[in-house]
Amino acid sequence: MLAAKVMQDQGVHVEGINFFTGFCVEGHTHAIRKKDRAQPKRNNALWVAEQLGIKLHIIDVSQPYKDVVINPKHGYGANLNPCLDCKGFMVKNALDWAEANGFDFIITGEVVGQRPMSQRRDTMPVVQRESGAGDRLVRPLCAKLLPPTLPEREGWIDRERLHDFSGRSRKPQMQLAERFGFKDYAQPAGGCCFLTDQAYSVKLADLWKSRGERDYELDDIMLLKVGRHLRPRPDFKLIIGREEGENNFLEGYRRQFVHLRPTSHVGPLVLVDGSVDESDLELAARLTARYSKGRDAETVSVEVTDLDGERHTLEVAPMPADEIPQDWIL
Amino acid sequence: MSRRYLDARRLLCPMPVIRVQDEVGKLAPGDELEVTCTDPGVVNDVPAWCRLNGHRVLDISHNENNEIVITIEIGPHG
Repeated sequence: MLAAKVMQDQGVHVEGINFFTGFCVEGHTHAIRKKDRAQPKRNNALWVAEQLGIKLHIIDVSQPYKDVVINPKHGYGANLNPCLDCKGFMVKNALDWAEANGFDFIITGEVVGQRPMSQRRDTMPVVQRESGAGDRLVRPLCAKLLPPTLPEREGWIDRERLHDFSGRSRKPQMQLAERFGFKDYAQPAGGCCFLTDQAYSVKLADLWKSRGERDYELDDIMLLKVGRHLRPRPDFKLIIGREEGENNFLEGYRRQFVHLRPTSHVGPLVLVDGSVDESDLELAARLTARYSKGRDAETVSVEVTDLDGERHTLEVAPMPADEIPQDWIL
Repeated sequence: MSRRYLDARRLLCPMPVIRVQDEVGKLAPGDELEVTCTDPGVVNDVPAWCRLNGHRVLDISHNENNEIVITIEIGPHG
């Protein structure tokens, strides 16, 4: 937002690009979970574009992005976040878009030293080089600390009116935001990618391990954002809706999975991801009962629906909480 | 003037916006697009995208399945 405004202040025509990777935090959990419904459901990229009065192009890169997540040349950060490869990928895609649409250069809001992996003094040139953007990549917020880029050398933009922010502090950005009159903006360092989230990364790593390959489909990574995930056996895991909003969301997937739901008590919709036999189904039913309102009842009726839509009911004793091994819970 | 229909149910934002964006690109000024969605975020996101790109939201309503139906008129620049 700030970088774009700095450029607009110099009379540069700016348009925004927002890449959808499938791992975006924004919106999804708010859209799913009923308890979050009261929160404003704005897409920050659209909101920022409106504040700036610029066009925004939202581009679905979820398929090509898989290679970034699965085979990051520069490795992962603290979790399964391939930040440096991600940055290079996005700048390259932005460059391709810019060239196809008659734009002269690209800008990002990066600041030297702000992030431990992708925004270090030694890694920022890596993004320039590997994206192919070279000196057509301008970082208006820290440009004075970097060699002059093509737009600066050619006089398309005035280097003196760019900035020299560095380090992890957001104070200079907040001061600049105040100068521009921005009263509301996305929370700095709030994390916009599920891959930086430890719990999410554990679930993704478990998915890869259980399938014996590092791959995923969009539905897989969407489902990792929803529900309580339990893996009682290597061959299957359960995705258990935690509340009405999640149950409604999981409803959309029930035809693709064997699924269970209590019928004698209020309780969750549970998807079975993997292959199960009758004894596995009984275990799944006991766990379903455990997370239902019948958790303290002697028996709970749980309806099981197979992939052909055939239904049968199991009468089971809810599994006591202290019998659920911690390592089942992902 | 033609009217097209888009099914964006079960998609979470920003996918409905991306689908709208792709579909609008195939339409001419004055055409209408009716998109059906289930993510409540579309009530904010689709109108915001339309405002940014010069299109007009004609109507936002709920159908008999309580799904959100948004009708868009394509702006003068397509």
